[in-house]
Amino acid sequence: MSDTSFKISVGEALTAEQITAQASKPTDAVARYALRLGDDALVLAQRLGWWIARAPELEEDIALGNIALDQLGHARSFLSYAALAWDKTEDDLAYFRDEHEFTNVQLVEQPNGDFAHAIARQFIVAHFQFELYRRLTGSSNDMLAAIAAKAVKEVDYHRDHATQWVLRLALGTEESRRRMIAGLGVMWPYVEELFEDDELVTSLGDAAVPPSTLREDFDRAVGAVLAEAELDVPQGFVARGGGRRGVHTEFLGPLLAEMQVLARAHPEATW
Amino acid sequence: MSKKPVAAATDTMTDTATVQDADVWPLWEVFVRSSRGLSHLHAGSLNAPDAEMAVRNARDLYTRRNEGVSIWVVPSSAITASDPDEKDAFFESPRGKEYRHASYYTESEGVKHL
Repeated sequence: MSDTSFKISVGEALTAEQITAQASKPTDAVARYALRLGDDALVLAQRLGWWIARAPELEEDIALGNIALDQLGHARSFLSYAALAWDKTEDDLAYFRDEHEFTNVQLVEQPNGDFAHAIARQFIVAHFQFELYRRLTGSSNDMLAAIAAKAVKEVDYHRDHATQWVLRLALGTEESRRRMIAGLGVMWPYVEELFEDDELVTSLGDAAVPPSTLREDFDRAVGAVLAEAELDVPQGFVARGGGRRGVHTEFLGPLLAEMQVLARAHPEATW
Repeated sequence: MSKKPVAAATDTMTDTATVQDADVWPLWEVFVRSSRGLSHLHAGSLNAPDAEMAVRNARDLYTRRNEGVSIWVVPSSAITASDPDEKDAFFESPRGKEYRHASYYTESEGVKHL
């Protein structure tokens, strides 16, 4: 599993272009694992990009825009690496796959709703990705470890950003608290899916991180913030999941249509 | 974490709502120390609901390209500025007042070790 031909020191800046030019071909299983992590980041980036020029203040436009760009960077790295296995490019994977071929978790495709919805989604995703990438830096696959090492620092900030907003909205006015609770209620059914192990992850051994192993730390970190915000961990209905198998909610299709339309109308266009 | 109300968040959360002047976040002045600089320099100003968010917004606005290693934020309202209209009185040219500089004075005779 170890990618011995490509040694990168952890934390070294790593671009999608370098991966395409220098990484050796991953196995099909490693590529499918990289693809799902890349899909999470890509779909989330597309959702977050919507906020540019729509956030409550200019400063928050920039904060969410920066987070979207960070996620897009992670997506490019994962997709570039996965693409090598199938003699494709990151653009082939991003723009020329259909809905059922996307393997992101359903949480990241959930609509933006109001600002509190977006913060609720961000709060869950950032904590999940932080725990995931933190462990993935120890992957036996050097490329996955290197991508994770770069991503974990950025996601650490995303976690902090979302945490600050959860606290402020929850402890702000009656209205902001109501919206924060509503946002968490809408997003929480999709938490369960994040931590489901499957055959692919199990087959990869030390190269991958079984998501079930992240649950305890996730619950502790998220629980501490919710307690400080005087909020209960939402309970109740759990979404059926299946994003990793290409089963999605009705919200992914329109997102992809918007994201892919230009590349499909003008294949191989550059600008 | 203080429990002060975040007024702006409520009225501007939906994409259709408009920002009301009364609800605009307070203004902060941002000072950034670059990796090679010894002191913090004024980088600009921004809006933020409180000091902690101001530091984070400053990080996003002013340090994304490796510009800094340390950030200070100060409420703009805490800064007392000189009056631009009194510029002449405040900053009158020191020309013709060479006696304000040590070099104006000549060494007195007989004084050693000066």
